[in-house]
Amino acid sequence: MSNNSLQITDLHAKVEGTEVEILKGLTLEIPKGEVHAIMGPNGSGKSTLSKVMAGNEEYEVTSGSVTMDGEDLLALEIDERSRAGFFLAFQYPHEIPGVSNANFLRAARQARLPKGEEIDAIAFYKEMYEKMDLLGIDRKFTGRSVNDGFSGGEKKRNEILQMMVLEPKYAVLDETDSGLDIDALKIVSEGVNAMRSPERGFLVITHYQRLLDYIIPDVVHVMADGRIVKTGGKDLALELEEKGYDWVTQELAPA
Amino acid sequence: MSTAIADPAVMSAPKVESTPWLDEAPRREVSEDLPAWYLDLQNDAWKKFLDTPDPTRFDEEWRFADLKKLRFARLNPVESASAPSSIVARAQNDLTEDYAAHFVFANNELIHSEIKDLPEGATCMPINQALEEHGDLVREHFMKEERSLGGDKFAALHAAATLSGLFVHFPKGCVAEHPVVAHHYVGGELAPIFPHTLIIADENSDVTVMDNFESINEGEQSLAIGVVDLIATNGAKLQYVAYQDCSDTGAKHVQINNTRVGRDAQVKSAFINLGAAWVRNESLNRMTDNGADSQIFGASLATENQEYDQRTLQCHEAEHTTSDLLFKNALYDKARTIFGGLIQVLPGAHHTDSFQTCRNLLGSEEAEANATPGLEINADQVKCSHGSTSGQISDEEIFYLQARGIPAEKARQMISFGFLNEAVQRLDNKDVEEYISDKIDAKFRELLA
Ligand SMILES: Nc1ncnc2c1ncn2[C@@H]1O[C@H](COP(=O)(O)OP(=O)(O)OP(=O)(O)O)[C@@H](O)[C@H]1O
Ligand SMILES: [Mg+2]
Repeated sequence: MSNNSLQITDLHAKVEGTEVEILKGLTLEIPKGEVHAIMGPNGSGKSTLSKVMAGNEEYEVTSGSVTMDGEDLLALEIDERSRAGFFLAFQYPHEIPGVSNANFLRAARQARLPKGEEIDAIAFYKEMYEKMDLLGIDRKFTGRSVNDGFSGGEKKRNEILQMMVLEPKYAVLDETDSGLDIDALKIVSEGVNAMRSPERGFLVITHYQRLLDYIIPDVVHVMADGRIVKTGGKDLALELEEKGYDWVTQELAPA
Repeated sequence: MSTAIADPAVMSAPKVESTPWLDEAPRREVSEDLPAWYLDLQNDAWKKFLDTPDPTRFDEEWRFADLKKLRFARLNPVESASAPSSIVARAQNDLTEDYAAHFVFANNELIHSEIKDLPEGATCMPINQALEEHGDLVREHFMKEERSLGGDKFAALHAAATLSGLFVHFPKGCVAEHPVVAHHYVGGELAPIFPHTLIIADENSDVTVMDNFESINEGEQSLAIGVVDLIATNGAKLQYVAYQDCSDTGAKHVQINNTRVGRDAQVKSAFINLGAAWVRNESLNRMTDNGADSQIFGASLATENQEYDQRTLQCHEAEHTTSDLLFKNALYDKARTIFGGLIQVLPGAHHTDSFQTCRNLLGSEEAEANATPGLEINADQVKCSHGSTSGQISDEEIFYLQARGIPAEKARQMISFGFLNEAVQRLDNKDVEEYISDKIDAKFRELLA
């Protein structure tokens, strides 16, 4: 168990209350300071992996472990995981009608303060505006309800804004690039790159090699049927783009 | 929100003998010091009150209502509130960030008024004063609506009673950025108040008024019967909010809004209910000329044994008129809500758009939300929709907030708040929106702590 990585070991998970196993012995380690990418066909379990790590109760972990800098992530409540430094940018961010973006972010930050301590509202707004500017998010979005009526791309940017405001130790980005136009893709990638640091690890889930031109990964994994089936350098993404997933899965198939 | 289409949840209840609403007719106080036409109106109203039978739950307009909860043995004559200065101080501590004028009424009497920033030409005064100074306007518009959504007996008693409340007239082009706020307090065992609000918005004027109904003391049996006349003509914009946070245990509140929207004018009206043991809201909206638009919102938080009964009519009488209704109820414990809404498109009112939505957030198994939306269309090229849903907060919603580090309890609070706040956000006045949002937020913090 490493004190300096997000470590997933032989993770098995099924849909709660059923026998449908989705993660089938997945092992992966993201050391601090590195960016790892996961690619893999639709339905291979990428989003499930990210939601299991975040603590979604739709899934039940049947065996295996996830540790974050040595701490047992699975033993924590959902909100505790976030406060401990885990972040998931959702593939399908939820809408919260009637709750403004600013109040939502503020509540998330407030939750990180010791009991009885109040957030410094002025400093908070200043910081939020700076980060919004960086991501090219219009100021009017502070007053709009969280994700309510946002376009697909606006939702994704909003996820990255949340990440920037919450400054996690490890961030999983689940298809944050889907739905972004080319300009937005660049802006969001710049945001992510600005957050790269020796103190932070990223797991980037994507279907498109293009994202990895902007966020250059240290390691690329291929996931199929609930496992990591191949791991390589950033060129693996190019190879996948060229040859498709069949190439990997066939390579693995017993002769 | 996970939602499901709700049928009227409870079908017709078993027949029982109806009990009278009031065992004893209230004593009538008549002031002779009023214009003759007004005395006649009061006398006619008193007769109507005596002649109109009590509502029973077999009346369509009172379907699902638990009328036992409205029952009074008698109504006592109201007395002037003691310690008015402390009531005024309380009201002043309970104001919107900014305001154009502020009035405080307690037990039907004006105890404070402040004109802060009214546009030139605008009038804002107690209605009994307006009866003297703007008699013609009052006469032209005061309680002129003949149709009723079931509360005509209450409206008659209101008309027959001592006149108190607010008169607001915004003539052509008068615009106020901040709201006119009126507090109406009721106090004393079995005390009734009859606040009236008459707002006239003429050509291209823009005015926002908020009435704030509260009890002086907790736990007293009291009754408020408020009637509101909203008149907007020729491109005027009128917003009206009835904010009600009376005593949960004793107060009964009847509020009847009659809205008349003329050519290219818009009225936005809202009912906010956070208190009272029993509430009846009626909102009758008539779009009488081309381009008229009425938007009606409700945000109500019902807990314990509270019952909120809301009936609405969106009546389109001219071409190219629009209306949109959104009522949201959050229910807990054994609370009940009733929504009965009708969209009526009269012959000739072509090219009408009319929408009606009632959404209920059920916070307990025992809470009961009834909804009967209705449509009557007699014109062509009309776009109408109506619907009601009831549901609980979904796990997925809570998960999203929790995944940002917000504890589950707080997440529930925020989502519930947002549910009601969505209706509040449809208003167009920052002062009023913020005031109401903060109040709803505080209620949920208390309730879901
Ligand atoms: N709650 C659930 N109930 C039933 N099946 C589920 C549930 N969640 C996920 N699955 C199934 O598990 C499989 C993996 O889903 P997942 O969303 O993790 O795939 P993915 O790799 O993220 O796919 P995509 O690339 O399309 O986003 C799919 O077959 C999906 O239908
Ligand atoms: Mg996915």
